[in-house]
Amino acid sequence: MLQGLAFYLLATVAVVSALLVVTARNPVHSVLWLILTFFSAAGLFVLLSAEFLAMLLVVVYVGAVAVLFLFVVMMLDVDFVKLREGYARYLPLAGIVAGVLLAEMIMVSISVVQGGAARDAASPVPAGPDVTNIETIGRVLYTDYVYFFQAAGVVLLIAMIGAIVLTLRHRPGVHRQDLAAQANRERAKAVEVKSVTTGQGVTPEELL
Amino acid sequence: MTDLSSALHLSAPELTLAVGGLVLLMVGAFSGEKSPRLVSGLSVLLLLAATALAVVGPLGSAFNGAYVADPLAVYGKAVIFLSAAVAVVLGDSWMHRNNIAKFEYPILIVLASVGMGMMASSGDLISLYIGIEMHSLALYVLAAYRRDDLKASEAGLKYFVLGALSSGLLLYGASLIYGFAGSMRFEDIAAFASANPGPGLIFGLVFLICGLAFKVSAAPFHMWTPDVYEGAPTPVVALFSTAPKVAAMVLIIRVLVEGFGLAHAQWAQVVILISLISFAVGAFGGLMQKDIQRLLAYSSIINIGYALLGVAAGTHVGVQATLMFMTLYVVDQIGFFAILLSLSRNGRPIRKIADLAGLKKDRPLTAVALTILSLSAVGIPPMSGFWGKFYVFGAAADAGYWMAGAAGLVASVVAAFYYLRIIKVIWFDTPEFDVTTDKAPVSAQWIGWAAAAFSFPVLLIALTWLEPLTRAAAAGVGIG
Repeated sequence: MLQGLAFYLLATVAVVSALLVVTARNPVHSVLWLILTFFSAAGLFVLLSAEFLAMLLVVVYVGAVAVLFLFVVMMLDVDFVKLREGYARYLPLAGIVAGVLLAEMIMVSISVVQGGAARDAASPVPAGPDVTNIETIGRVLYTDYVYFFQAAGVVLLIAMIGAIVLTLRHRPGVHRQDLAAQANRERAKAVEVKSVTTGQGVTPEELL
Repeated sequence: MTDLSSALHLSAPELTLAVGGLVLLMVGAFSGEKSPRLVSGLSVLLLLAATALAVVGPLGSAFNGAYVADPLAVYGKAVIFLSAAVAVVLGDSWMHRNNIAKFEYPILIVLASVGMGMMASSGDLISLYIGIEMHSLALYVLAAYRRDDLKASEAGLKYFVLGALSSGLLLYGASLIYGFAGSMRFEDIAAFASANPGPGLIFGLVFLICGLAFKVSAAPFHMWTPDVYEGAPTPVVALFSTAPKVAAMVLIIRVLVEGFGLAHAQWAQVVILISLISFAVGAFGGLMQKDIQRLLAYSSIINIGYALLGVAAGTHVGVQATLMFMTLYVVDQIGFFAILLSLSRNGRPIRKIADLAGLKKDRPLTAVALTILSLSAVGIPPMSGFWGKFYVFGAAADAGYWMAGAAGLVASVVAAFYYLRIIKVIWFDTPEFDVTTDKAPVSAQWIGWAAAAFSFPVLLIALTWLEPLTRAAAAGVGIG
């Protein structure tokens, strides 16, 4: 009973806030609604007793990704009014696509209700009541799933190389810190003592 | 432990490439000025070594069936790695001519090849997805490689945004398939699908097909292709139209023919529809193009339509036809792009079809090569393009798809117009003013000539060994 109530509450909040992500006028508000969507989804994971995934969703998506979104939205000078220009024009087509998708999803849901999903023996078996999420993941991550784990690492490496290729620039005029040069600097090279006649002062040209 | 060591042995080609890529990163970072050339050379060697390892390596499956090394994977990998190596060679001279040499270019291609190898030998929905992400991420970066060029940046961004969208579709489909079949391995999915292909499973499969169709740029998921082909650097486009297409096609064969072989009736109509739309878009979209690379984009759309026709047949003959078609197509594409790379005037590459006028006087041999390649693309016997289409239409007709085959023939007649226009411009148009092309980079020129030579006389001999090879690769595909 309580679980059902929690599910419907979380699911409604998730759907409504996801809708608001798309329709909100202010992009900053969109990101905030997105954060609420993530939180509701995390709640749904808790209901499925996948606590680890729920925490991961909060930490990674809310903590990192959404904050990054906020940064981008606030720092980039994007003309959001211009971006929205085609909204009304594309609405009918988008509506048709969304309608077809909705109809198909309802069909799939009906077939789930009729007992279509994962009813055979091959369906995943829960690890047992006394095994925690983290333990279950830990058991397979470096054993059964080591191939995927390492491959995902390569994907991240490619992303890193890509970011460097696309953004790193070696500008000639930029001063960089050179530790060796700093350590080798001596007083004699750096400072020059000049005697200035009292009362005369110095012009900037003389200093150079 | 023997389990792990045999798994490592099986996945040696990808492991070599991944570890080699990491080593090359270090080599590139610490070898200073000379590094781009050095790393390019080593990358080509690495790709050749991976090809050799794939060919001589053992067959079997590893990592709980997530990695499959069967004849299909071996054949696919040989084509993928070799065409990636050609892209590295083409890119090297291009980068040096344009003063944008960076050692990351060959390394990104090597790492993309790891992903494409994973795709070719994926036996599982997760390795399918990771392989796709791995190669596309590298390709997004390569598309935007000339970051100061507005068109290249636009191409990279467009490719990235639409690619992310298609990955979303693909993942949604994969999650539905997993939810209904209860397993991520193609074997188990095949067993489940043959027993009861319910609406949910088919729904997921359609989404998966949409995601994969995007990766091979089949219509109606082709929107990115012309812009990316136009904006991205030419050697990168040469890569785009060869290795990733082969990898995605092998993947489509794996998912559809191997994973859903017994649900053939359900997906065949979707694939036929996609290939029919590709015929229409490719044939009619290409008619008005003036930019050669844009034209080749439409040509790639129509050719993917042909290849999908072979898949739609869903038989061993169909798979063999698709493999044969893709191999011959890849050689033709490499030839086209190599010749494009070898042509420039006053330091500016030739981009417009009209600029090809005067080529017959200036570079007679290249003009002949381009003519052979164009005729082959039209499908004139006995050029290679003819044989590819011959196999595909034969397989489609065998499976009873007469109408789709006929539509393909009509499309190839329409498309003949734009290839023949290239030939007409080369041989019959006189340039407005006297033009001379710059001295061609040796590698690109020879690769172009070699591809053209393969396309006409060499092929007739090559067919005698390509035919049994593709048949063996197709025979390894378990249908159902």
